[in-house]
Amino acid sequence: MNQEIINILQEIRPEFDFSQNINFIEEGMLDSFDVVTLVTTLDEKYSISIDGMDILPENFASINSIVALLIKNGVKS
Amino acid sequence: MNLLFKNKKITGILTILPANEVKFEDEMEHYNFSASKSLKLKMAMGYNTHRIAEKDATISDFCVYGINYLIENGLLKKEEIDALLLITQSPEYFMPPTSNVIQGKLGLKQDMICMDINQGCAGFEIGLYQAFMLLEQPEIKKVVLLNADLLSQKVSKRDRNSNPLIGDGASITIVENSESENTIFANIKMDGSAFDALIIPAGGFKTPSTPETGIMHEDTAGNFRALDNLVMKGDDVFNFVQTEVPPMIEDLLINAKINKDDIDYFMFHQPNKFMLNKLADKLEIPREKMPSNIVENFGNASGVSIPTAITFNLGNRLTKESFLICMAGFGVGLTWASLIMKIDKFNFNQIIYF
Repeated sequence: MNQEIINILQEIRPEFDFSQNINFIEEGMLDSFDVVTLVTTLDEKYSISIDGMDILPENFASINSIVALLIKNGVKS
Repeated sequence: MNLLFKNKKITGILTILPANEVKFEDEMEHYNFSASKSLKLKMAMGYNTHRIAEKDATISDFCVYGINYLIENGLLKKEEIDALLLITQSPEYFMPPTSNVIQGKLGLKQDMICMDINQGCAGFEIGLYQAFMLLEQPEIKKVVLLNADLLSQKVSKRDRNSNPLIGDGASITIVENSESENTIFANIKMDGSAFDALIIPAGGFKTPSTPETGIMHEDTAGNFRALDNLVMKGDDVFNFVQTEVPPMIEDLLINAKINKDDIDYFMFHQPNKFMLNKLADKLEIPREKMPSNIVENFGNASGVSIPTAITFNLGNRLTKESFLICMAGFGVGLTWASLIMKIDKFNFNQIIYF
């Protein structure tokens, strides 16, 4: 799942390397509109609807946090 | 706060939208985004075209045009209007109330009430609540509720947070007493501690407009706007809506003892498609029951968005059929309000262009 998420992120912001272990939000690699695009893409890919209350910057700060968010919203790890 | 109204009805809605249509693609160059990113955003948020009034137009122009249309088509009589209730954040003057200006332009009787209320995204609900209360007066038989905003004039064209979604327009809703049993369940909440989540910082008495307040500044996200422009803390507003609106609707349904499945349509304020889809999913409401197609076709004209959703999505069906609908408005203030009411065979339900 990690590589799938990295691929999605690379497509949204191709200028950054999302395989790095850094905070995507603090480093300015994802802004709020990127998060909207990411949520829409993840919803479609995994046939889920990420809870609107979970659309908070900290849940998109790293690959691990995104994986945790997906699991919370019903994706099997 | 829960509210309850009895024996009130809407008998018609007319939405008046600008004839001028602006496409998202034509404005992309103003945004500090790559074209591909802008197009992804367009898809996710449902941006497409929005209706923008000419620069010299005012809300009284739209309201007078609409009321005259109703009068000329035999759908409203001047002498029947006992109250003009205007909900707007685009007043023509600080004083007098714009509703008085409209009364004067139309040559309406003096024996009536004109009232302006400063409200936005929940302005349709607040207007209805006020109309229902006015109708408790024995001499008030017909309230003409006007929702009107031309806020595009206050939005920076280089603000990708707000410009793609803003729309202009007005609506006229006729509200009357009903002879049949008709209970309307409603609620409302406010949080003034977040008053600056949606704000036009300059132009009022606190910070009058000056040449300095008109100077554009770039924010951390790459938007350019001045203090004279509308500014929206988009993330905060999104989180507020996702946190507060679902429990508000659940509480309303419990209070009304109405099953979610019995609601024909959830006509909600129309900020963007993404936000509405998330609300529908959270509330476990089929997305087709919660129309989200107003931003993409017309833009978000604040308190006009729900009347636009009703006229655009139900149109002439509403002159022949009845629907149980749940409305919800949420935004500036912060304010959030919702109501459940039966809407039954309107005399008119249409959109015209001005």
